This record gives sequence, structure tokens and C-alpha cells, in this order.
Amino acid sequence: MQECHCEDKQMKLAQLLLKYKDTPGALIPVLQQAQEIFGYLSPELLREISAGLRIPLSRTYGVATFYSQFHLKPRGRNIIKVCQGTACHVRGGSKVLEAIKRYVGVETGETSEDLRFTLETVACLGACGLAPVMMVNEETEGQLTPDKAVKKIADCE
Amino acid sequence: MINLMDNCCSKCTHSPATPCSNYVLCRTAGPFCHTDKGCEEKRKNHINNVRVPSGGNYQQIIVCGGTGCTSSGSARLVDSLKEAVNEAGLSDRVAVKRTGCHGFCENGPIVHIKPEGIFYTRVKPADARDIVNHLADGQIVERLVYRDAAGNSYPHFHEIPFYAGQTLILLTNCGHIDPEQISDYVAVGGYRSLVKVLQHMTPEQVIEEIQLSGLRGRGGAGFPTGKKWAAARRAAREIKYIICNADEGDPGAFMDRSLLEGDPHSVLEGMIIAGFAVGSHQGYIYCRAEYPLAIKRLKSAIQQARQWGLLGKNILNSGFDFDIDLKEGAGAFVCGEGTALQASIEGLRGMPRVKPPRSTEKGLWEKPTVLNNVETLANVPLIIQMGAEEYRKLGTEQSPGTKIFALSGSLVNPGLVEVPMGKTLREIIFGTGGGIRDGKAFKAVQLGGPSGGCLAEQHLDLPVDFDSLSSVGATIGSGGMVVMDEGACMVDVARFFLAFTQKESCGKCTPCREGTKRMLEILERMCRGEATLDDLADLERLCRVVKNTSLCGLGQACPNPVLSTLQYFREEYMAHIVEKRCPAGVCAELVRYRIDENLCRGCGLCLKNCPVQAIRGQRKQPHAIDDSRCIKCGVCLSKCKFKAVVRS
Amino acid sequence: MSDITCTINDKSVTVPRGTTILTAAAMLGIDIPTFCHDPELSRYGGCRICVVEVKGWGQLPASCVTEVREGMEVYTESEKVLEARRTILELLLANHPDDCLTCEKTGACRLQEYAYRYGVRKGAFPGACHAYPVEADNPFIMRDMNKCILCGKCVRVCSEVVGRSVIDFSFRGFHAKVATPLDSGLLNAGCVFCGSCVEVCPVGALTEKQRIGKGRPWELDSVTTTCPYCGVGCQINLLVKEGRVVGANAAGHGVNGRHLCVKGRYGHGFIHHPERLTNPLVRKNGQLHEVTWEEAIQEVVRRFGRIKQEYGGQAIGVLASARITNEENYLLNKLARLVLGTNHIDHCARL
Repeated sequence: MQECHCEDKQMKLAQLLLKYKDTPGALIPVLQQAQEIFGYLSPELLREISAGLRIPLSRTYGVATFYSQFHLKPRGRNIIKVCQGTACHVRGGSKVLEAIKRYVGVETGETSEDLRFTLETVACLGACGLAPVMMVNEETEGQLTPDKAVKKIADCE
Repeated sequence: MINLMDNCCSKCTHSPATPCSNYVLCRTAGPFCHTDKGCEEKRKNHINNVRVPSGGNYQQIIVCGGTGCTSSGSARLVDSLKEAVNEAGLSDRVAVKRTGCHGFCENGPIVHIKPEGIFYTRVKPADARDIVNHLADGQIVERLVYRDAAGNSYPHFHEIPFYAGQTLILLTNCGHIDPEQISDYVAVGGYRSLVKVLQHMTPEQVIEEIQLSGLRGRGGAGFPTGKKWAAARRAAREIKYIICNADEGDPGAFMDRSLLEGDPHSVLEGMIIAGFAVGSHQGYIYCRAEYPLAIKRLKSAIQQARQWGLLGKNILNSGFDFDIDLKEGAGAFVCGEGTALQASIEGLRGMPRVKPPRSTEKGLWEKPTVLNNVETLANVPLIIQMGAEEYRKLGTEQSPGTKIFALSGSLVNPGLVEVPMGKTLREIIFGTGGGIRDGKAFKAVQLGGPSGGCLAEQHLDLPVDFDSLSSVGATIGSGGMVVMDEGACMVDVARFFLAFTQKESCGKCTPCREGTKRMLEILERMCRGEATLDDLADLERLCRVVKNTSLCGLGQACPNPVLSTLQYFREEYMAHIVEKRCPAGVCAELVRYRIDENLCRGCGLCLKNCPVQAIRGQRKQPHAIDDSRCIKCGVCLSKCKFKAVVRS
Repeated sequence: MSDITCTINDKSVTVPRGTTILTAAAMLGIDIPTFCHDPELSRYGGCRICVVEVKGWGQLPASCVTEVREGMEVYTESEKVLEARRTILELLLANHPDDCLTCEKTGACRLQEYAYRYGVRKGAFPGACHAYPVEADNPFIMRDMNKCILCGKCVRVCSEVVGRSVIDFSFRGFHAKVATPLDSGLLNAGCVFCGSCVEVCPVGALTEKQRIGKGRPWELDSVTTTCPYCGVGCQINLLVKEGRVVGANAAGHGVNGRHLCVKGRYGHGFIHHPERLTNPLVRKNGQLHEVTWEEAIQEVVRRFGRIKQEYGGQAIGVLASARITNEENYLLNKLARLVLGTNHIDHCARL
């Protein structure tokens, strides 16, 4: 199944590059649409875009790193932000984080291979009364225990 | 005839396929090409369906579809209202319609009954049936009517103090028309200014009219729009561009977003007129990607304007060609700066370039370019329609017209307001804005976002226009107005805005790239109580140098929040530096929590909620906070029912 | 194009319209410091060290990009300007390694020069500093982006003069950095190692690997000569310390101006190489023996003569070189056709 999707994506990319090949100023829309197709801008993808639009790779890289919308690493479908503020820390925030790391199988700042999760930490979510807390996508989850936290994220698609 | 824009019958010769100068007028006052009472009737009905005049049998339930109301569930509300209308068998005389933003976001979702002007706030899908009953029997649903803090109720839209003080001319369509239907815009008189310009005016006359109106750019700098257009017209180049700057990025500003979401065609019309005036045939709208709804509505507006021949070749058979492309930003605040925006459209890093040459000489792709802000362009059709003389009656001599402000912060009525230029801060904050929330005292107002300044109590009677504000170190900016009560720490506010600009600096010039970082570090030290008086001197020097030597407006203006707070709230800085104290009790490192033994009842609520077990005490005995463990999260303060927890 | 008269530091100067304040000041012999300005590159205006005060202006404009206007009164070293320059230098130093003692650029570093000129020390504004790894993954160029002041001259020279665009700005704000594509090093970037970026770098961010520890600028003699590699005839300065060539750079004039290719700039290792042939060798009884030029030429004449006699002149082929001049190639052609009697002559540039 995966391979099928890949081919489909490559086809879309080829069409995209063909469409914009001779359009001046196309780099940003192409990066945006390519990121929509692939989820993020991998080094190979940046290479292909540069070649397709005949733009130096250094410039493509420069543009991709300038704008905050572009991600050069894959992002998960679910973004987990574990609070590491003082309150969360003393109430076992790091245990929660460890449990999540074990469950997801990645370190902080990384994304799981199946692209299900991206794990990040934040300085403080401002919900110290509920410590320890984390945010899963848009939802804030408080008063966590390692088990409770894992249960929460296990529900994510 | 399904759409106002369609031909009424086979006798009608006007159509977008055969460009015709009477096309727009024929739709609204027509038909012109033949006489037929029936067709006239059809057109009139259509227009009434949009305008909903009183006295008719037809009623409309307007549901606000701005970003605020949408996020509080207005889409589901529309469905339930439609269902309820059908159930009540009123669908032949009651329509449910979604419009742009009403500006009263905090009280959303908002429902507005036309033509009566009854205004419902915080409406939930469950309220749908009651609202429909109101339409059936005329009984107002009291519980949904807006009430002020004193408990007075205001069932009518125009009585609500928030709206009573406003002059809605730019925003008027936002709460009335369906932004995704060009026919709605045409029905309320839209594109008539374009017709007037194309049929009766020369480009020079258009520019003269704009110059006479005294319109000044609403993006912040207040540059005279007519002067800009004249310079671009003079540039002897074949290709010229019109750019609409819709990269509104100031935290707390959403004027442009509301216009684009609520009345996109007024911006398109302004752009086409600008194109005609300066001799350009291509426009770009650069809209930030964080505004998906605005982008969606712009796309549909552009597509519909093309479909009906108002964009493209030979517009309204005038021989004038103009088209508009939409460019989406990719997340960089600095792209609100004109030259950075142009670099971004060209597919480059959004780094500003040095001026001169001005954009009107060498802008996008090195071609003469007029770059106007959304609100500026929305003013253009209005000026053409009213005439410069009439327009000048609004606002002040040097700053004519109205200005839209995004009121936020500790106000009773935060939201989007449109007032004539020259109203005082007091009128806006205490009149329209309803004053400070929770009975607290006014402390400061931050104008113009990260590029603007903070003003204090003594400035409240200043008229809000371009020149009065800059005389006290603030700017009208794009129109963000953050009101702060006595609980705000001005050092923290300065730190907040600087953290924002520092993060958004493009990195091209040294003062902004390195200077903002050091300014932020100093402010952070101040907030932690680690700064010295030498740091303060360094900070002031950095402010001067960054302001004087930065390449673009972002850098030149970013010290403003620091400079203005230093000027008007210096004692707060001194308290942080010398006494290591945050008078407002905001800066966590400088705050101490303690329990007043006389007030504490020993209920144990704080003890139970403290995340770090810093509170000790026997039940029914006064508790105490252990400073060495306290992390100053403030939970105890918010939980205490006896006001025994004191922050100092 | 009419001329414009303005005053700089109260001295009057008349210049053609479009002249920058920087150029006009130079005409009066007034030196304004610059980092990002280079007359061969596009106008940038990013470093802001060249700011000046113009009477009646609120801001301090960058003199390298601001054109003079009629009646303009410019001050290049006013109090306001000095404060700005010192602060900008302090800001640059605050994010710059304290490494002058071992830095290759010492003595030729603009940052050092201006810090000295304006009496600025490192130490103001303690705070975050970059900690990039030094990039030395190629034989020629050391990239230490911790020392970079982001003047962008390397980026511009690579794209505007060399036409390679192998480096560009990446990221933004405080994290802005001149990077190779995907930060994967010059070797993977299609870099031709012409060294133009090193040539224009005003600080120690880009240095030559081969010259590390080989001598300070003030110890070096500069000998102008023609590059020995190809027929273009680039003018180079050989940098000589105690009789040994330690490096080379473009002479700044001649066909090449300030630019060279990888060979002209870095290909001088052979000069002092122990295996370099400095005398002709002739193989006698399977062993190479050092001989005089006289003997060597005699040997060649003898052997060519034998071949010609035995198999005819057409048995000899001649390969000419791009490294010699046109005139020498012409003579070689004569030698081949008239003396050796062969028309088998070709040129290495066709291989």
C-alpha cells in the first residue's frame, strides 16, 4: 500500500514541477504544495524541487529554512507537547515524559517512524495547578500519571 | 434567473461573455436593454433579498461567520437554524445567512435578525428553535439579548454601546452580505465605483480624487495613498503591479482579516481601481497562510469576479485589462514589510532591501509597484462613491476617514471597531470598549503592535490619528489596541513584544539581528531581578542604535514598546532593577506568595492544590508557604476563597 | 545626468547623480568603515557599520547604499555615528569567538581593524553565542560560521561573479547562517573551490586551510606573477615567507581582477615539493640521471632524428599545451611541421 502512495505522490510532484517549471517566483508555492503532498520537505524532495525549477539548492534550502511554515523533518499526525515546567517536573513530569518516550519509541523533538507522533517538550503550559500536564494536538491533559498519559495518546490515530 | 448576476430573460443582452459597460448597473437598477415589468420585479426582489428592507414580509437570520464565531461553533448553528426554519414552515419568508465578522467576537456566536435589527449573543444550536419562534410570533428571546455589566439589556443592534459609538462604513457589509456571493456585494452597490471610474473618469482624475480625499495608508506608516499612486503612474514603464498587503501579523490585530473574510470584493474593487489609476494590469494579494478562511473567501471572490467579467480582459467593455493572483505567505512576520513581501512573491527569502529606490520606481520584479494595505484599498471604492469632499467630512483634517481597530486586553467589550479618525483614546476605550473589565483601573494601552508604543493615563484624551500619536512615541500602526489594567507589568509587556520581534527578525542587518537578541536578554534579566543599572543604560543605548540604524521598518520600530514604557513607566523598571520587585506581581521570579494568618481559615484548599507541596499547616489552623519550595505558579491564590493568599 | 554638490564633514564635493555617500566621501579622502560593501557586488546595506549622520534625517543611513542628494550635509564621525558604530561592533563581538591570537585572519581582519580604530573591546552584552561546528570537510576552505558577521559578500560573489550559488543564507534572525545546501558541506555542493568567497570575507569566517599557521599577513612578501597553469594569464600574488611560497591570491588587476580558479589559488604545493623535478633527467641503463639542459636537448634531438630517419616524420605526434602562450604554441606548430615534418599536432584543450 505504502509504495502505491509513494508513486502517487511522486506523480503529483512531477506534475507540480511541470506546472511551475517556467513560472518566476514559483519556489514558495511549490514548497507549500510539495509539503502538502509529502507532509514535510525532505532533503531529497528539496533536491528534486531545485532541479525541477532550476533553482540552486542553496537558495531552496535558504527559503525553506526562512519561513516558519516549512518543516524539514517529518511531523507526526499527532503533536504531543509535554510540559517540563517546575511544577510538572516536581510532580513527575519527567516520569510522564519517559513513559511517553517508551510508548512512542522516540526522543524529544523526534517523530515516530510511522509518523503517528511528534514528541516535543515545552517550558510551561501555564496549567501548573493541573501538573503534570501535556498537550495532545489542541487538547490539554492534566493531572497525569505515566499510565494515564500513555492511555491518552494510545487513543490517537 | 438563479443569480443576480445572471440574465433576467432571453431579451437581456448583458452578459460577462459579451463585455458590456452597463453590466453592473443593469443588475441592480435594470434591466436597461429592454423594458419588462416582470424582469424589473425580479431584480428588485433579488436586491431586497440582500438588503432586507423593513416593512417587507421577508426576514433574515444572519449568523456571524467570522473566525471568532466560527471557532465558537457558528457553522453548526447555521445548520440548526435552517432546520428549525424548515420545521416551522417559514422557509419561504425566512432565510438563514452566514456573513463576515461582526467584530463583537467575545460574545459570539452572534445572530442578527433583519430587518428588525435584533441582536442575539452567545447563541448555541439549542437556541435555534427559540429564535425561529421569535420570527413566527415576534417575541424576543430575552435570555440571548446582550446585557452589559450593569444588567441593562440591549435587544437592538444599534443601541448596544459597543456599536453605538462606531461609524461603520468599511465594516458595514461585513455583517450583512454573504462574502461568498458576489451578487450580494453587487446588490448593496458594490462595483459601482469601478463602473464610475471606467466610464466617467480618467486615471488622472481617479488619482486626483484619492489625493483630494487625503487617504493615508492604513498599514501603519500613513503615507498618502494618492501620492503613492501618482508616483507609480509617472513611472514610465509598461509593466506595473498592484500589491495588496494582507500579511497582517501584529499580535492582537485582525482588522484586515475581518475585511477579507467579510467583504473581499471591496478589496478587489479597490485594487482594480488602483490598477486603472496607475496603469497596471496585474495585481497580487499577499495573504498570510495563517488566515485560511480569508484565503478561501478571496479565492472564491477572485473566481467569481473573473466569472462575471469584473476581472480579466476588457473589464466592462472599457478596454482595461486587470487580473489578480493570490499569493500565500509562508510564515514570516517581516514579509509585512513592503520590500520583504516583494522578495517573498519573487520566491526568495523575505529579507527587506534598502530604499530608495522606492517600490513605486522599482518594486516587484524591479517594476513600478503600488503596495497598499487591505483597509486602504477597501477605502478606495468608498471614496469614489462618496466623493473626496464628502469623505473628508469623516475624521480629521490631516487624517481623514475612519480607522478600524482591534480592541483587546482587559476591556469589557474587546472586538473590532470602526471609528472616525480623531476620536480620543478615552472615547474608544471607555466608550466603545466599555471600559476596563472587572472594575479594575486603566493602566496603559499598547498601540500598533510590536512596532508601536505604550501610552498611559495622561494620553487618554489624545485624538487617535497619525500625527497625534507619533508625537508621543506611539503609532496608529495597523490598528491593534491592547488595553492593560493595573495588573499588567510594563517591563513584562516590553519583554513580550521584543521576544516577538526578535523571533521575527530576518537577520539581514546587524542592529536588528544582534541588537534585539541582546535587548531581549537584558529585559529577561530585568524580569528575573538580575539586571543592573548598567544593563538599563545598555538597553537604552541599544534602543537608540537599533532604531537609528536598522535597515527596515521592523528593526527601526521594534524598540518602540521599550522606549515608550521606559518613558512613561520608568519607575517600574527601577523597581525591577533596584528593589528586585515587580510592582504588578507578574514577573514570577520577583513575586512572593504568603498567607495572611488573619484571613486564613485553614481550609486546606491551597495545600491540596499546591503542585509542589510548598504549603504546610494543620486543618483549621493558618497555613504558611515555604518560600524555598514555592514555584510561584499562583494556584494557591486562585484557589483561596478567603483572599488569604497575598502576592507581593 | 547632472552633477550633485553636497558636503561631507563640512567639505564640499561635486559628484555625478547616483553616487553613494561612501564613494563621495572616498573622493574627499574620508574613509568610512564597511563590511558588506564591495564595489563589484550588488548593493546590500546589511552590516550598517557604514552609517553616517545626515542633517535633518531621523535615521542614520548606510552610506554604501544611500545616494547623495543636492545640498546634503553628511557627517561621518559625529557623536551619534560613533555611538552607533561602537554599539554595532560590540554587538558583533558579543557573538564572535575571542580567538584573535590564533585566528588566521589576524592582521587582515576588518572586525579587528575597526575594533582597534573605535576602541571597542569584547565584553559588552553577555549572552547567547553561536556554537556551530567548524566545517573543514574539504581540502581548501575552512568555514567557521561562529566568526561570520553575515555580511553576505561570499553569498553574492558566489552567485553574482562565479555563478555557482553554492552557498546562501539559511534560517533567520539570530539563527541566520550562511550555509551550504542542506548544510551538507562544500564538497557536496558543487563548489569549484575558486576561493572567491575566502577572498571577499572580511573576517576569519572563511580561511584557507593550506595557510593555517604558515605566517601572519605582515610577515609575507607579495610577488606578482602570471599564473603558470593555463593560457588565460591570470595575475597572481605569490605570498612568500622566508623564501617559501605559502599561498597565493589574485593580484587584483589583469584579466582576472580579484578572481582565480582552484588551481591558481590553491595549486602551488608543487613549488616546494620534494619530488618536484628541477633538472632534466635522462634514463641511462634503466636509471634516471640528472643532466644539463644541453645534454637533455641533445638527447631529444638524437632520438627524434632516429625516429624520423627510421619511420618518417609522420611517426611523431606533438601535443601542445594550454599552459603556454599563443606565440609559443605557434612556434611549436612550426617545429612540428617544418622541423619534425609531421602534421600530427594537437592541443590539450581538445582532449
